[in-house]
Amino acid sequence: TVLYVFVFDLFLLWQLGIGGHPNDILPLTLTSATQELFGCRCDEDVTGDNPYKILRKEDIVQDMRMRAAVSDFSPMKQLVLDYPEDELLLVYDRDFIYGSSFYLVLTADAKERHLKPVVALGVEVALEREPSEVFAAQKTSEPQPWISLGSEQEIEEESVTDSRPRYRISRVRREFGSPIFFSDRNAMETKDGFIECTPYQDKNFSLKQMERHTGVQTIPNLKSSSTQTQWTYPRSMCTQYEPREFSEEKKENCLQSEKLKNFVNSVASRFEMAIQQNEIMDVFFDDWKALSEEDSGYGRKADPHLKEYQSFTDLHFSKEKTISNINWHPTINGVIAVAVTERLSFEDRINGSTKLLLNPSLILFWSFSDPINPQLLLECPDDVFSFEFCPSDPNIIVGGCMNGQVVLWDISTHVEQLQGTRTSDKRENETPVVRYCAVSGIENGHKAPITDIQWLPGTFEVSRMGVPMENKNGICVQIVTCAPDCCVMFWDIRAPRVLQTMADQRKQKVEEKPLENPHGVPNTFKHLDLTWKPLIRVQHISYCQTQLQRVLSTTFCPQDGELVYTDWKLEKDNDSGRLFSAKPSHRFIIHDGQVNTVRRSPFFKDIILTVGGWTFAIWKEGVTNGPIIQSSCSQKKCTVGYWSQSRPAVLFIGKEDGNIDVWDLLEKTHEPSQTQNITATQITCIKPWIVSSKQHLLAVSDHLGTLHILEIPWTLRSPSSNEKLSMSKYFEKEVDRLVYFEKRREMRAKEKKDYEAEELRKKMVRYSI
Amino acid sequence: MSAEVEETLKRIQTHKGVIGTIVVNAEGNTTLITSTKVDYAGLLHQLTMKARSTVRDLDPQNDLTFLRIRSKKHEIMVAPDKEYLLIVIQNPSE
Repeated sequence: TVLYVFVFDLFLLWQLGIGGHPNDILPLTLTSATQELFGCRCDEDVTGDNPYKILRKEDIVQDMRMRAAVSDFSPMKQLVLDYPEDELLLVYDRDFIYGSSFYLVLTADAKERHLKPVVALGVEVALEREPSEVFAAQKTSEPQPWISLGSEQEIEEESVTDSRPRYRISRVRREFGSPIFFSDRNAMETKDGFIECTPYQDKNFSLKQMERHTGVQTIPNLKSSSTQTQWTYPRSMCTQYEPREFSEEKKENCLQSEKLKNFVNSVASRFEMAIQQNEIMDVFFDDWKALSEEDSGYGRKADPHLKEYQSFTDLHFSKEKTISNINWHPTINGVIAVAVTERLSFEDRINGSTKLLLNPSLILFWSFSDPINPQLLLECPDDVFSFEFCPSDPNIIVGGCMNGQVVLWDISTHVEQLQGTRTSDKRENETPVVRYCAVSGIENGHKAPITDIQWLPGTFEVSRMGVPMENKNGICVQIVTCAPDCCVMFWDIRAPRVLQTMADQRKQKVEEKPLENPHGVPNTFKHLDLTWKPLIRVQHISYCQTQLQRVLSTTFCPQDGELVYTDWKLEKDNDSGRLFSAKPSHRFIIHDGQVNTVRRSPFFKDIILTVGGWTFAIWKEGVTNGPIIQSSCSQKKCTVGYWSQSRPAVLFIGKEDGNIDVWDLLEKTHEPSQTQNITATQITCIKPWIVSSKQHLLAVSDHLGTLHILEIPWTLRSPSSNEKLSMSKYFEKEVDRLVYFEKRREMRAKEKKDYEAEELRKKMVRYSI
Repeated sequence: MSAEVEETLKRIQTHKGVIGTIVVNAEGNTTLITSTKVDYAGLLHQLTMKARSTVRDLDPQNDLTFLRIRSKKHEIMVAPDKEYLLIVIQNPSE
């Protein structure tokens, strides 16, 4: 009820705003007598909370009749009488909103409004109202005429009625059921045959825009024009010029002229000065920069040691085996090949020969990308002690076996795999095995294990007589092998008919037998297979073993400590007409043990390193007195040696205890500059390789069959300034020393002889006296 | 060739490191005597003219007496004159 009052008050306030008090109420004051009479005493019957009192019209009328002018209702007598309903609403106006304590509601509507608030607020309110509503609805409503609000139209729409009159079509009875005949008629014939709806321009739709809203802006004057340009296109052109020269005659004239003489005289002095300045010293030489080169780079100084880069060992193939030779692949980066051999003594070999036959010997190809599985396997008929890639075609590999055979492989089909370009979709779990495609006949080959094999350079070729000739193809076609059976053989890989065959060489088979190809081996060298014979056989007097060097016309054949220097030109013996080789020109015994390495320096053509026994020695070709440098004996045997590829003064020596000695000849010559232990067993092969200017690698193999790849640090790979010059000076000094010693020796011998002769003479004189 | 001229030039040529000498006519790129590659003549002539005009622009009283060009490999020395140009190429000491 509180809410109700609030709303009610607002409503009244609004009405007050219009004109004091609304029209449909009338404020009046009731005396206490009237209040008692009507039962609307203030604050007893009617309160602030319940301000409404329904008064019966009849009561009011009666009151008015009885008390006439005294009645409180008399001013509104007419209004009361005009009131349509029987009951009027009297409202107690406690707050005197309208100026009196009560007011009377004059119209039925207002009464309704008062009793039922305009806004229904809440259920309670509705509930509150119910009694009075019910009260009000007690009056039965009178029947009123029905006011149409449009609902009957909907109902009519739903019902079905005729929308047009029905047409009746009738026919003559006799035509009932008879077939109908239709005919055509041209519409144009009769006048109203058709009705036409011609299109016409409906004015409703032709709108003309009378007004338009646009913006305008001024711009500078625009003018467009075009022109045809000349199209130039690039053309290849070149010019060649030569300086203009005077004709000979004119030259002579000029040269003779006085003016020239004066000129030359005047300027000569300037030149002299300038040239002398340059001779004295080079002013633009940056000493500071040059100084820094000798220091190891400040940030990179750290470690002069060889760092382990990677190591390869295969449990499957190189178990119980040792590596006899290493070769880096000349063109493919990161691929290295090793020859794996059994480490058994000769007796063990014979005893276990059947087992060996089952285990084929292999050359493994390792790639840096895969340290666990070898990339390629080359099958060999027997253990290979040395093999080489062909310099002109790295797909061809030649190897020398233990039984004296020379073997050729062609790996062109597997090159992509080595390069790593083959997609890894069909990654075979099996490493591919390549069988040799040609092997020399056992009778024709060496009788002892081939210890070294070399390709002759591509510009080079040797004829049957041993005379070196020029090879116009540039492809390497010849191989040299050597073995402890005192033979050095030259082999040619071309088909025999290409060579100039001599009459007594009919043993060589010329035709190529169409053999089947069971192992998928390329046919590259089919002409040689099993029928290969050496080109030249050079016989040596002594027991010869290992290590040839790519030379022009000579070979070194070192053996048990002995170094042999020969020329392999075949000479014809006049007596018997047979060809035989010349005697070796020089023999040296320097090393205490077997010489296992003979290597030329990559920087000096005539400097050769030999390693054997407990020492190594450096020789110069042409100096026949002895080695120009010989190292002191080391604790352990030296097993292999190699020059550094980038520093002329550095060499690597491998030892039998797994150490690598790095010798820097410019630093000290009495002991190695540094020693580093790589592995626990003997080192069998060392091969350096330059991958890039920042990365130099050293491949080291040991007796257990593990291949270690080490990285050469900066100190060992970058040459100091003028290193080559210093080294060559050093060598010259050593040569002079040798020569000096030789001279001294001769002198001493002569002196001694003279002295003895003198003594003898003195004695004789004494005795004769 | 007159003996004097020959002698002077020889003296210059025999200095240590001198690779060659060229005498050029100041009119155009014509050479009179060459001991080495001839391409130097035309190119150096133009350069000398340019250098001379630069010097004279800076100070009209001045004139170019000697031009030395030092490159990585060697030094080129040019002495200009009214009519001739003498060019010497030398390899400085190592």
